[in-house]
Amino acid sequence: MKNSKCQTKLLLIGFVTGLINGLFGSGGGTVLVPCLVFLMDVEDHKAHATAIAIILPLSILSSIIYYRYNVVDISLTAKVAIGSILGGIVGSMVLNKLSVNVLRKFFGAVMIIAAVRMVL
Amino acid sequence: MLVVLIGFFAGIIGGMGIGGGTILIPSLIFFLGTKQHTAQSVNLISFIPTAFVAILIHLRHKSVEKRLVLKLILLGVIGAALGSFIAVSLNAQLLKKVFAGFLFIMGLYEIFSKKNIKKKRG
Repeated sequence: MKNSKCQTKLLLIGFVTGLINGLFGSGGGTVLVPCLVFLMDVEDHKAHATAIAIILPLSILSSIIYYRYNVVDISLTAKVAIGSILGGIVGSMVLNKLSVNVLRKFFGAVMIIAAVRMVL
Repeated sequence: MLVVLIGFFAGIIGGMGIGGGTILIPSLIFFLGTKQHTAQSVNLISFIPTAFVAILIHLRHKSVEKRLVLKLILLGVIGAALGSFIAVSLNAQLLKKVFAGFLFIMGLYEIFSKKNIKKKRG
């Protein structure tokens, strides 16, 4: 019985992750990782790895749909991708040397300010 | 050059496990005047190469819970298609407002989440 409840939870989490990631072009991981950790009891580092394995195909599908609707800018995307690959390497290297919790709060505040600016 | 730099900083934040995309999208909009839909597509597509490399590494370390992946992808694909179709059918102004609401909630989440409290045993 517990098992079938678990299956429904998994399907639902997957659906919501895909929906958010497709609608906003981001945020799939932010939704999925805590779901895996707190609802499915997956270890933290495994949750991150598993989330990427799930969001990758979902992002490919969403990218195709965005592309078909002509909102994609290839040259802009390529430049951002180069930067973010390099940044990603730096980010994972400094991960253990910085207080991520303080940064998390700082960027949380930045997001809130940006959100308010976007509707004004 | 500014574009690469924005990507670089978003990549650093993402690499530390703080939502890089949720920072990247408003940065592109504010600093470069990128349109909402395009900014979202930039994040979706630029995630793909990085994720490919990350997955290969994680598979080697056996960190991917394979038993969960298939089930999560099953309805995830339907959600992704639905979400994307909704996004491309909304006009830029409305999508921007909905995104702002989402960004606001994500900001609150980053501030108030207590990720380090629940440490799982190995």
